[in-house]
Amino acid sequence: MTVSPLAAWRGRLAALAPALAVAERPFRSQLTVRASEPSAIAAMGSALGVVFPSVPCTFTAGSGQFGDVEVLWLGPDEFLVVAAPDLQVSIEEVLRGALGSSRGSVVDTSAQRTTVILEGPHVRDVLAHGCSVDLHPSAAPAGTCVQTLLARTGIILQVTGPDRCTVLVRSSFAEYLAAWLSDACVEYQAAAP
Amino acid sequence: MQLIPCPWCGPREEAEFHYGGQAHVAYPEDPSALTDEEWAQYVFFRENPSGPFAERWSHSAGCRRWFNAVRDTRSHDLLAVYRAGEPMPEVLS
Repeated sequence: MTVSPLAAWRGRLAALAPALAVAERPFRSQLTVRASEPSAIAAMGSALGVVFPSVPCTFTAGSGQFGDVEVLWLGPDEFLVVAAPDLQVSIEEVLRGALGSSRGSVVDTSAQRTTVILEGPHVRDVLAHGCSVDLHPSAAPAGTCVQTLLARTGIILQVTGPDRCTVLVRSSFAEYLAAWLSDACVEYQAAAP
Repeated sequence: MQLIPCPWCGPREEAEFHYGGQAHVAYPEDPSALTDEEWAQYVFFRENPSGPFAERWSHSAGCRRWFNAVRDTRSHDLLAVYRAGEPMPEVLS
């Protein structure tokens, strides 16, 4: 049986509530898509039921034949498609078909990162301890997706709501990030009623 | 810490970036025709101005794209950033 990168941390992360609710969502299907032709990007979007993001540092979400799918902007011709576990092979086939003869690539990178959902009134404060990106709701509204450093670890940060963020972190760095999160939460746990 | 405005991602902390040396160093049209001295000039010799300097930077912890920036080497002020392939903007020094 496959063990998720943060399986050993489940209890300690759960103990951070109510200051911060932390939950891992492991094994999600992730595909790195490189394509620059607008027609190919539109075709891949309609195949998944989600419009690919056109604005830098944003993500889009939609629902189609693979259920809920998110597409994260990683670069001007680079996207990350994220879906439920065990769909990577079929999504890869569909995206390659949609890409057709256009220049580009679709690569399964599901094992590269694990997903951590952070939720709570202090989520932006906790992240600000180790992240230099402006996380004020006016600068980082829901729909923001940035690649940056959190406590010197490369992450993809999705802002999914006023008090809710999704962090994608490399599997080998996940335990370090969990340890850092536990430490950064200490002062908010003390203040919680 | 200094903020560097990535032309794709906006202002980010300097630690997210990687320095790439002088920009707009053209690859020799016929490298095999160069003398050793001319090749060494191309490979190793760079401008070292006191003032505005066009440089390459990579946003290595973000969008991982290379771009160019004009930086004043006296003050570290970034006078302009522009995407790879775009011409160097006029910068008042």
